[in-house]
Amino acid sequence: MTTLTDPPQQGSFRLSMLLSDTRYRSYTFQAIALFVLIVAFAYLGRNLIQNLADAGLNISFGFLGESSGYDINQTLIPYNSQSSNLQAAWVGVINTLLVAFLGCIMATIFGVTAGVLRLSNNWIVSKLMAMYVEMFRNVPVLIWILIIMTIMTAVMPSPRAFKGDDATASMLFGSFAFTNRGIYIPAPIWGPGSMVVVLTFVASVIGVFAYRSYAKKLLFATGRLLPVGWPSLVILFVPTLLMFFIMGRPIGADLPVLGGFNFKGGLQIGAPLIALWFALSIYTGAFIAENVRAGIQAVSKGQTEAAAALGLRPRRIMNLVILPQALRVIIPPLISQYLNLTKNSSLAIAVGYADITATLGGITLNQTGRAIECVLLLMLFYLIISLSISGIMNIYNNSVKLKER
Amino acid sequence: MNKSVFLGALTVAGLAAGAAAAGTLDDVKARGKLNCGVTTGLIGFAAPDANGEWQGFDVDLCRAIAAGVLNDPNAIEFVPTTGKTRFTALASGEIDVLARNTTWTFSRDVDLKFEFAGVNYYDGQGFMVPKSLGVSSAKELDGATVCIQTGTTTELNLADFFRKNNISYEPVPVETNAEGQQQYLAGACDTYTTDASGLAATRAAFEVPSDHIILPEIVSKEPLGPLVRHGDNEWGDVIRWTLNALIAAEELGVTSANAADMSTAGSNPEVNRLLGSEGNLGEMLGLSADWAKNAIMARGNYAEIFEKNIGENTPVGLARGLNAQWTDGGLLYSPPFR
Repeated sequence: MTTLTDPPQQGSFRLSMLLSDTRYRSYTFQAIALFVLIVAFAYLGRNLIQNLADAGLNISFGFLGESSGYDINQTLIPYNSQSSNLQAAWVGVINTLLVAFLGCIMATIFGVTAGVLRLSNNWIVSKLMAMYVEMFRNVPVLIWILIIMTIMTAVMPSPRAFKGDDATASMLFGSFAFTNRGIYIPAPIWGPGSMVVVLTFVASVIGVFAYRSYAKKLLFATGRLLPVGWPSLVILFVPTLLMFFIMGRPIGADLPVLGGFNFKGGLQIGAPLIALWFALSIYTGAFIAENVRAGIQAVSKGQTEAAAALGLRPRRIMNLVILPQALRVIIPPLISQYLNLTKNSSLAIAVGYADITATLGGITLNQTGRAIECVLLLMLFYLIISLSISGIMNIYNNSVKLKER
Repeated sequence: MNKSVFLGALTVAGLAAGAAAAGTLDDVKARGKLNCGVTTGLIGFAAPDANGEWQGFDVDLCRAIAAGVLNDPNAIEFVPTTGKTRFTALASGEIDVLARNTTWTFSRDVDLKFEFAGVNYYDGQGFMVPKSLGVSSAKELDGATVCIQTGTTTELNLADFFRKNNISYEPVPVETNAEGQQQYLAGACDTYTTDASGLAATRAAFEVPSDHIILPEIVSKEPLGPLVRHGDNEWGDVIRWTLNALIAAEELGVTSANAADMSTAGSNPEVNRLLGSEGNLGEMLGLSADWAKNAIMARGNYAEIFEKNIGENTPVGLARGLNAQWTDGGLLYSPPFR
């Protein structure tokens, strides 16, 4: 289509050109669309305010400062029923972040493993992985959360089973208890001098990285291959263990013991957290597996063959040749899987996990009746979290993507 | 999916709709159907039976209202609501009346802008434990794991009770009674707490109800009653006086069996006024003269409804207790029909 027949006349803008001239037409329509959108939102907003006023209600966030009145089962920051609704919301925020963080890590592990194994030459392994992917990808995550929670509560023994002489359940190594209310593990007790041990450990970790980079440098410079596996382990553990005994074993273990109705002491990982964490990661892992498979298959087969021709072993081919190139394809869809996982964590209330949707968007909303305020805050929170995750992942993506020079 | 966002959107949409249409009574008449909010399932109070028909104490109140307003006890759309969704459903106009063992509290009445039409069951919060746990008092529950329906007043009472007695507990929030029952039976919590009537109803559904006891402590006052939106007084009056009619009918000896006879051959003026053969009380409400007769004939007076759904001869097996007539030492007391 010919769009410009006359040469544009300098400095003679007529109003009709807003519609007839293709240079301005799109702006005109965009301005109209924007105007309509603003009017629509203004209408809805005004309507809301008006109707709230008619019903004698208002928009106010004062309820956040009032005491919440309810208790929460998993609190990583100080909280009791006298704390404010805002504090309850923070408890929920931290619980959401916790399960999202743990879930993303676990989902990545599941996904990468399953994705790589799905391309295995072993028929059984690849079919098993295909089954895993299809099974978990095609059943809604809420169902998986409920299934896992139901299995946990029904199959695992209740703390009562550990009680008495005819106990039907016993603790693993006397220090781990698996119950249908959660898993109880020993918690560390930090005695005086434990700081030194921790610092030693941190220094060892840095040492491992330093040794590895030295070994790599040496390999590139001289071609000498230093062993990496066992020296790393030695550097990691020996100084810390030595320091532990030198300082007189400052770190003890607080073992869980059965007292009254529940296990007391130790660290409790609640059943809701486990169910939610496991369900989210195994579900999202199935999607990530497909991303990983797609990414690997996107790398041309010639690369593998060329690497093999150079004499690289299969594992090295995967680690040094295929995966670095596949990552460029894998990362962008991985970001959206992380976002999905984080947003799916709002299903937590189905198993009684106190995430932000359960505290601020559930109990607080219900007890105060401030639906609009709570939902606005929830939207804001999920928006911020999602944007942060995609921001961080985009930075990582930029670091691995193909650099064009 | 985010349920709360959806609910929030519903509220906004509903508030918009609510302002446009004021008179709920006219709406119900025009629609020819009453939208009644009930629980998602609590044996004895509101639960669908084997044929899918809703049955129960709260359901029968809805039927009485429908019979009074529309002269048809079956012209009802039952809307199951959870503890979390009930108020939004009512505020948004999705339901006309909420009859869902809902506790009458100051903040719900004043701050949430609802109107409680009266009390149809005087209840209190209790605790249920397995007999094998060897607990005989709620004060021995230090350190226990407690299943609790989220979004209810019991959640707040629970926190208060344990704080007052300076003992600790771990809450396990559940959304519905069925979920609480499952968690409790699986031993994921040591005790289940809700209104004592609800506990009795839940226990009635167990395989071996006698393995579980309800602890003697009643830790709160829970007056349960039907509620409507604030500001629609005509509709509120209809609900209030339908409930009062059922209560007054028991006091005056009017039952579903003899209501038709008593309305014609009555010599007691109060019975006549109640059943519409004297005076024009029905007209004042904007209903037919025999509305109360229809309401009573739908499922019977208060005593009949009570005995049929939750009385001592039912699996739920609740005694009248506080819910006896004032003449029998209970709290039921209908203002006069005059």
